[in-house]
Amino acid sequence: MTTTPDKTVEKTDLVIVTIDGVQVSVPKDTLVIRAAEQVGVQVPRFCDHPLLAPVGACRQCLVDVPDAGNGRGFPKPQASCTLPVAEGMVVSTQVSSPVADKAQQGVMELLLINHPLDCPVCDKGGECPLQNQAMSNGRGESRFSDDRNRGVKRTFPKPINLSPMVLLDRERCIVCQRCTRFADEIAGDPFIALVERGVQQQIGIAEDAPFLSYFSGNVIQICPVGALTSEQYRFRSRPFDLVSTPGIAEHDACGSAIRVDHRRGAVLRRQAGDDPAVNEEWISDKDRFAFAYAQADDRLSYPQVRDDDGSLRPASWPEAFTVAARGLAAAREAGGVGVLTGGRLTVEDAYAYGKFARTSLGTNDIDFRARPLSAEETDFLASNVVLTGPGAGGVTYGDLESAATVVLVGLEAEDEAAAVFLRLRKSVRAGGTEVVSLAPFTTRGLAKLAARLVPTAPGDEAAALRALAGELDASSVLLVGERMAVVPGALSAAAEVAASTGARLAWVPRRAGDRGAIEAGCLPTLLPGGRPVADAGARIDVATAWGVEALPESPGRDADGIVAALVAGTLGGLLVGGVDPDDTADPAAARAAIDAAGFVVALDLRRTEVTDRADVVFPVAPTTDKSGSFVNWEGRVRSWEAALRNPASLPELRALAGIADELAQLGQGRPLGFRTVDEVRAEMAQLGPWDGARVELPATRVESAATQQREGGNSTVRLATWKQLLDNGSLQDGDKYLKSTARTPVALVTPDAYDRYGPTVTLTGDRGSMTLPAEICDDLVDGVVWVPANSVGDGVLADLASPGTTVTIAGAEGVHG
Amino acid sequence: MSTTAPLDDKTLTELREIAARYPEARSGLLPMLHLVQSAQGRITPEGIEACAAILEISAAEVNGVATFYTMYKRHGVGDYHVGVCTNTLCAVMGGDAILERLKDHLEVGNDEVAVQRQGDSHTVSLEHIECNAACDYAPVMMVNWEFMDNQTPESAVQLVEALRAGHEVSSTRGPKLCTWREAERVLAGFPDGRADEGPSAGPASLVGLEIARERGWRAPDPTATPAIEAAQKEESGA
Amino acid sequence: MTDMLTPVLTDIWDAEQSWKLATYVDQGGYAALDVAFAMDPDDIITAVKDSGLRGRGGAGFPTGMKWSFIPQDNPKPKYLVVNADESEPGTCKDIPLMMGNPHVLVEGVIISSYAIRANKAFIYIRGEVVHVIRRVQAAVEEAYAAGHLGKDIHGSGYDLDVVVHAGAGAYICGEETALLEGLEGRRGQPRLRPPFPAVAGLYASPTVINNVESIASVPAIVKNGAAWFGAMGTEKSKGHGIFSLSGHVQKPGQYEAPLGITLRELLDLAGGVREGHQLKFWTPGGSSTPLFTDAHLDVPLDFEGVAGAGSMLGTRALQIFDDSVCVVRAVLRWTEFYQHESCGKCTPCREGTWWLTQALTRLENGQGSEADLDQLIDQCDNILGRAFCALGDGATSPVTSSIQYFRDEYLTHLSNGGCPFDPARSTAWAGTEVSA
Repeated sequence: MTTTPDKTVEKTDLVIVTIDGVQVSVPKDTLVIRAAEQVGVQVPRFCDHPLLAPVGACRQCLVDVPDAGNGRGFPKPQASCTLPVAEGMVVSTQVSSPVADKAQQGVMELLLINHPLDCPVCDKGGECPLQNQAMSNGRGESRFSDDRNRGVKRTFPKPINLSPMVLLDRERCIVCQRCTRFADEIAGDPFIALVERGVQQQIGIAEDAPFLSYFSGNVIQICPVGALTSEQYRFRSRPFDLVSTPGIAEHDACGSAIRVDHRRGAVLRRQAGDDPAVNEEWISDKDRFAFAYAQADDRLSYPQVRDDDGSLRPASWPEAFTVAARGLAAAREAGGVGVLTGGRLTVEDAYAYGKFARTSLGTNDIDFRARPLSAEETDFLASNVVLTGPGAGGVTYGDLESAATVVLVGLEAEDEAAAVFLRLRKSVRAGGTEVVSLAPFTTRGLAKLAARLVPTAPGDEAAALRALAGELDASSVLLVGERMAVVPGALSAAAEVAASTGARLAWVPRRAGDRGAIEAGCLPTLLPGGRPVADAGARIDVATAWGVEALPESPGRDADGIVAALVAGTLGGLLVGGVDPDDTADPAAARAAIDAAGFVVALDLRRTEVTDRADVVFPVAPTTDKSGSFVNWEGRVRSWEAALRNPASLPELRALAGIADELAQLGQGRPLGFRTVDEVRAEMAQLGPWDGARVELPATRVESAATQQREGGNSTVRLATWKQLLDNGSLQDGDKYLKSTARTPVALVTPDAYDRYGPTVTLTGDRGSMTLPAEICDDLVDGVVWVPANSVGDGVLADLASPGTTVTIAGAEGVHG
Repeated sequence: MSTTAPLDDKTLTELREIAARYPEARSGLLPMLHLVQSAQGRITPEGIEACAAILEISAAEVNGVATFYTMYKRHGVGDYHVGVCTNTLCAVMGGDAILERLKDHLEVGNDEVAVQRQGDSHTVSLEHIECNAACDYAPVMMVNWEFMDNQTPESAVQLVEALRAGHEVSSTRGPKLCTWREAERVLAGFPDGRADEGPSAGPASLVGLEIARERGWRAPDPTATPAIEAAQKEESGA
Repeated sequence: MTDMLTPVLTDIWDAEQSWKLATYVDQGGYAALDVAFAMDPDDIITAVKDSGLRGRGGAGFPTGMKWSFIPQDNPKPKYLVVNADESEPGTCKDIPLMMGNPHVLVEGVIISSYAIRANKAFIYIRGEVVHVIRRVQAAVEEAYAAGHLGKDIHGSGYDLDVVVHAGAGAYICGEETALLEGLEGRRGQPRLRPPFPAVAGLYASPTVINNVESIASVPAIVKNGAAWFGAMGTEKSKGHGIFSLSGHVQKPGQYEAPLGITLRELLDLAGGVREGHQLKFWTPGGSSTPLFTDAHLDVPLDFEGVAGAGSMLGTRALQIFDDSVCVVRAVLRWTEFYQHESCGKCTPCREGTWWLTQALTRLENGQGSEADLDQLIDQCDNILGRAFCALGDGATSPVTSSIQYFRDEYLTHLSNGGCPFDPARSTAWAGTEVSA
């Protein structure tokens, strides 16, 4: 692998070179173009990109090398992006060498002869490396198309769609190959390629094979000219009219750095941030393009309370606080209030929920998990996840690169943790890491990781992992997905295997707020800072910090318990934020619970069926409108400041503080003691992490029975499912172009099953039926079917069955698709 | 445009066979694309897909290769694809005039198929080509990549008419002409048994040898060379 | 003193069915194989080094030295690749060689592969020569049948497989790393060097790439000895080479002679320039080598002689143009060729050939001014040595050399308002029409 992040070079191997008369000491193998940066010289470049393998195609970075380090110089100028330094090398850039300067000016002139003069209408104008470097390293006048020489520029009909999202203006392209190299090297999706030859050479796709990559937007960002644009942003704005604010992507638990570009209170685009420790310079298309949801028509903008006629009506914030407080107080009397926070909270908002539950509602009935879960998972999170992080024993992105083996357990990284996927691919390509996956088939993502498949039917992961233990050691990393929560014994097996082999273990949830919610105490067994509810000392610790006498002692109900208690009437009310019933373990039960609850307070960004059923609704701010932090899967805190100022848009913690004030007036609990994100951050910092003993994971539980007889003409199959990166998720609402780049939903079946049931299949489970086109998957484990979890109808949990359970499969006669 | 028949099982098998000739399957791509042309008359999207599937690369990558090399045709060519070399030497020696005459005569532009007239048994297409390594026979034409040496505008017209009429035509330094598709099959690595047709060498190839024969010139006698070397050493030493 | 012409590779071309194994064996073919197998591979490399054989594909790199760069401690398989992508304008020697004497190439492949310890060799032949491909395919097939290829050749324990690979139309694949890309099923665009093919070539394995004529020269060297080869040619340019005369000469064709022969000598053999005309300009080694004029008739056609006179021996492709030819037209056409064949990878070649073509077109049409000539020279300066590979360099050769020798003719186009030449006068049939 020849990419050149200089940080990977051993510091001990330094060589001294002289660039423009200045001596500089740089690591061996450093490219001259980057060594020059060390002496403050920016050699102009286009094809060069520090995260892509050098190609030396554009020739813009030519420098003179009078001494290659052996006393002899190169007779011709050299491309500094492909030339490694050598001890004693002497380099003269455009700064000191007329030859280099002329060579660069010459190349720039050649680049411009066929470049259109459409900068005034080009998206890139103002942030264009070609424009900028033409100014710094080019000549002011064209000799190609002056009065005397009316040169004819190459033209193309423009633009063409490489995908529904990515457009190509071929005239502007300087064929530097950054995009094709990215697609091939980084994403592993070589669906764009150089086509044609010579001066007609251009970027292209194959007929009927668009550039459908989860990472396609990155090519737009790294294009050094305006050749690649997005349908979403094209012609929407000029760079100099935009304000850029750093942010953190909210779509997964990767914690990817982004840049939010906005103008007059509206987000116009998002770009990848540059964070070498996390996402390097890449983000997924979901992180980049999925932001319109926050500006959707159904965005809540004022509080509402349920009127006497049973309808929701607008209310002032004070009224809503009062009504909510009264209702919650009554519900507390009527058995208590459960708190379901969803998985998308900032850690500050999660902290407010955790404190509100304990101090204002007097309960540990709080759970962030708006998805299938288990008591085993609750224990595992307390024993193996909370308080881990970089510098605290946690696995990091960097560790993925140095690991000899990375085992994916119930985690489809490309769909569920895009930045993890890219880092794994980088490690695999560098040749040092083998990825092993316990999965039912070789996914596209696994193929791109050249991963070794351990064919595993859903439910059999614990046994498969134990069988693999012999191959693992301290150079191994286990990445366990949140789906393992519902596989009895799987998380325990992961913890035990890690402990017995020395392999390192990390839990990779799907949602951005999951990990922070654990740290902030949104679990029935954990207080903020990883303090066990069951530990009296921990309770006293927190109670003291919060200035209350005592905290509720008994561990609370988890989300499933809260739902059950609401249905049974043993809980009187519900405080809920950002929960979609169709994401929960039993959507029908979740709906029934909300209906059964005596009083429901909902905090949400947009109108949902939960807010429709609530008694009081508070609008809350999207991530752009507030400061906050996510804790990513590594346990790394990823903070940002608000990009937009919207007085009507408050964070959850402010709404909760308002309700708490009113409850205190009613004699329940006391004010939360903060109203701003900064105040919460200060309080959290003061409280700090638990320094007591970590809860031990209870001894091995019953593991799911070994694979049952599933074959033999029997029409039942086990259901494998997870969410694809791009699907019907509500945070992807509002961008039709992005939506049309999602993968077509299909049911993956074994070749046998395809022969038996045909090209369209109907799956039937205990919750309903789903009919999908079938596609053969050659290495799918026998007796298993895979469907995308949220790409059809209301999703698998609502419409079909619980993951890992058995469904029946039949050919869908007469269905035309 | 005639409709293109889908790739049959035999062709798919042969495509795999080509890939298997090489230590790494992708090396087979160039000959595989020749075979696609032989089977379908041009590079079809189906052919691109088939190669991509066999080689486990993307269709875009195959497309990139198919559009790089000029022998791959995205539009069909005639049964006889006629090339006229117009690189400098042939152009000067008459290639330009030949090309112009043929364009007029066939009423086509570059890389186009002439209309099949009533009574024509075969179609021809015309393309100007670059140096085909037969400069000593300038001006040179190629028919289905067989040499047609030392042409004139008149001979060129006679040639294309003979081809259209279905008369048997032989390369001036090669075999009886086969169709373009048959030639593409040879390029895919499936010999057609015609290697032994045609002469050992054309007349221009032999001029130097003939002079040497006349004058008794030959390479040094190997048995005498050590002496030569010794003599040279002596000279240089002296 | 050696003879003026020294047929070695061409010696069999006038035989009946010269391409057949039997004919080749009758004339002593495949005898070098047993000589080679009796030698240590390193001794063969030494012999080829000692012979002074330099690459016959244009660059003239010493063949034996190239072989010695193969790291024999590298555990990867080694490969021999024959560059039979003969496409340089004016070059037409390898094609008749493979047509008339394919077995000398096959024998050379076997010995060369044995020397570098390759068990797989590829012959990459440009696709536009179907009959040549047939002949080489047939020769390889015959060689297998006769036990010269395959397992345990001649009982030596040495195995070799040869694949004949057809290209598909790309001049750039004559560049060795672009050829490797083509052979790996990719777009024929040159690779970054280092690593050089000797270290990481085909499939990133140690690879030797040699021209057809270079490889075909090996059997005679092994059989007759380095001294025999060195007895031909000049001090630093040893051996025999095929000189291809084309264009306005009485007897265009192939002349196999010791390196160092002059064009004057060759023209004498070829009956001189076309009747009634004078030599105007010529290429010593294809269109990528700077033009020569009648002032260069006595330049020794070896690597040093031609380089000393400001050009390159290249492929000994002697394209002869007489006084009927417009040099601007000739150079424009070559430039169009380079534009057509530029692979597109690097800016100077891709865009530079586009610009040169337009600038020369205007000049040929008599448009512009003398200042445009200086601008042309400046454009060439921005391409030469700035492009990724030698194609861009080659594209500038005809332009700069023609302006050097025929500046006045360019100016005449300007004063004349167009080309003063009648293209009909330069055709092959022009003389016959006049006399008719």
